Amino acid sequence: MKITIKRSDFNSIYEHAISVAPEEACGLIAGTDNEDGSRDIQKVYILTNIDHTNEHFTIDPKDQLKTIKEMRENGLKPLGNWHSHPESPSRPSEEDKRLANDSKASYLILSLMEEGNPVLNAFHVETIDGEKTVRKEELIIKEDE
Amino acid sequence: MKITVAGEKKEVADGLTVAALIEQEKVETPQYVTVSINEEFLESGTFESTVLKEGDEVEFLYFMGGGR
Repeated sequence: MKITIKRSDFNSIYEHAISVAPEEACGLIAGTDNEDGSRDIQKVYILTNIDHTNEHFTIDPKDQLKTIKEMRENGLKPLGNWHSHPESPSRPSEEDKRLANDSKASYLILSLMEEGNPVLNAFHVETIDGEKTVRKEELIIKEDE
Repeated sequence: MKITVAGEKKEVADGLTVAALIEQEKVETPQYVTVSINEEFLESGTFESTVLKEGDEVEFLYFMGGGR
């Protein structure tokens, strides 16, 4: 699947992730699904990692609910989440896979492990025959219009 | 009766439980889903006994978390 994110949204999450590092940063993504199967992220939401650690993130379900309602009020669809890996690569960890249970979601991971070179990837996670299967999505950073 | 599920208005049978709605909506991996009704979160284990009412707004939320 192809998924786009605006450069300004990428910059927002990167700047936030740097500001809270070494804690993991997190949030939600919203946008639209297109007829050709691609999706466009039109807004990123920066939320609080209530774990406040460099090893784990949790989004408060109350924040999640409030944000999802805001997305709908703005005509946007919840598309998934994003989080940072301050000290590890941009790929789902075992814990990320264990907790990824929505096959309709795109899971974005921003790695900060190489200073000055943030790496953002998007993943689809699905349980097939009892096994978590990860597929990398084609993430395109779009220049703002 | 009319309820709203994940932002969409739906006509469902009177007396429908949350567990039955989860089945009806084919909610994926329901064991990992948190349910809110009118912005109040349900305790896990109460889905079978919670009966929906006219006008309820139901949301299914997946736990959003992970680790390095």
